[in-house]
Amino acid sequence: MLLAPIQIESDYLSHFVQDAPSSRPTPEPAAPPKARSGVPLALANLSKSYDERRVLKDVQLHLDAGEFVAIVGRSGCGKSTLLRSIAGLESVDEGSVKVGSGTLAPEVRIMFQEARLLPWKSVLDNVALGLPRAKGAAAAALWTVGLAERADDWPAALSGGQKQRVALARALVHEPQLLLLDEPLGALDALTRIEMQQLIESLWQARGFTAVLVTHDVAEAVALADRVLLIEDGEITLDQAVDLPRPRQRGSAEFAALEQSILQRVLRPAR
Amino acid sequence: MAALKRKHAPWWQPLAPWALPLALLLGWQVASQAGWLSSRILPEPWAVAKAFWTLSESGELWLHLKVSIWRAGLGFAIGGGLGLLLGLLTGSWRHAETLLDTTLQMIRNIPALALIPLVILWFGIDETAKLFLLAVGVFFPIYLNTFHGIRSADQGLIEMAKSYGLSGWPLYRDVILPAAMPSILVGVRFSLGLVWVLLIVAETISAQAGIGYMTMNAREFLQTDVVLVGILLYALLGKLADLFSRQLERRCLRWNPAYR
Repeated sequence: MLLAPIQIESDYLSHFVQDAPSSRPTPEPAAPPKARSGVPLALANLSKSYDERRVLKDVQLHLDAGEFVAIVGRSGCGKSTLLRSIAGLESVDEGSVKVGSGTLAPEVRIMFQEARLLPWKSVLDNVALGLPRAKGAAAAALWTVGLAERADDWPAALSGGQKQRVALARALVHEPQLLLLDEPLGALDALTRIEMQQLIESLWQARGFTAVLVTHDVAEAVALADRVLLIEDGEITLDQAVDLPRPRQRGSAEFAALEQSILQRVLRPAR
Repeated sequence: MAALKRKHAPWWQPLAPWALPLALLLGWQVASQAGWLSSRILPEPWAVAKAFWTLSESGELWLHLKVSIWRAGLGFAIGGGLGLLLGLLTGSWRHAETLLDTTLQMIRNIPALALIPLVILWFGIDETAKLFLLAVGVFFPIYLNTFHGIRSADQGLIEMAKSYGLSGWPLYRDVILPAAMPSILVGVRFSLGLVWVLLIVAETISAQAGIGYMTMNAREFLQTDVVLVGILLYALLGKLADLFSRQLERRCLRWNPAYR
């Protein structure tokens, strides 16, 4: 955890976030490589059932280190279960989840749809949860998400978007190598949402972790991900690479066309 | 809207809750002086105040007060402490619930005061009997609320904390216990109110000291003014206990906007 303050200095995006959270940071072409970056992820024949209902059917998936993958699908299709299985929050019936390639246990962190902050701990203590000796790193992470001055507040005093930013900071303190995002922006308003997407994208670019984002917003998936997966009825039925250059212009024709084609695929009536 | 406009509370704001008791007191004094109330039924407030003064000057009042507060405090500590302990146990550990909860629920339905004859047979008319009654009465509100608080702790927060590496005592201290705290404090507040009710009854079992004893004694000699001093003391002590539990809530739950 001593790494964090050093790390933060190369976090070029912090300056943008701190000063102008609402404006899109002009990205520098190449983010400095990180000492501790993403890990690959491999799912093999993953199956899971609740009672008789099969929620995941033989899911095969491989993610390269540092890849950003978005999973879309209708509600109840099993996308959240898939993410929770990767996080180890759900047991699987068959198959395996392999995170990382080495013997060292990689840092995996998950962000939930709700911020899940402990209301009886200050914002700073929430970020330092599980790392009581890392207050300095926690403060630095708060600064990264632009909430340094709210460190001593209670979570109840924050807005929904701010709460999610604190939750993001809490995940970042752990220097995650794999960050799992379970619709963390689903409950935010449109503007805050775009802001958070930009924040997540720039942090991902700066730190190079592997990211899996579950979302029901196809535009969000296209804006952030290298690959968009569609899950239908427990199976991956679409694996669409997104080759648009970053930062992605939401208004551009390619963006719209891609979003439209994925959306249509999602909405196609189930067989 | 009105709340937004108000910048500073007017000076009389803290006194407002006392306006009604004061008005009643005034009406009572007037009624007594006018002769509408016989002093055998209800002595005038002034006589009560004089009785209070005489009792406190002789030191008798303070002795009784000390004994009563000591009893209430000790009974509350024993009953409440056990309730908290067992509530935490059954709330956090399924086996303990299976083993204990049915028994406790059965005992709960016996009114503490119904135990008086048995308690006298067991413990005599000693101090132990009174403390037992208080402890039994206070036990259940705290036990039930602790159990409920632990069980209704937000599973999402617990899951999050576990995924951030918390387990065992740190998980308990940082997540489960604070989540149960509002409920536990409801139990504490309820118990603190109950303890005075039980005390009055307990102190009528042939006590040698205490406000209940003082009041019963005064009744024998038709000293209605002293009886009233006793009753008013109970009211005051109850209010103080309530104030104490409110302060406790404000301190322990200052993170919660509802308690600020």
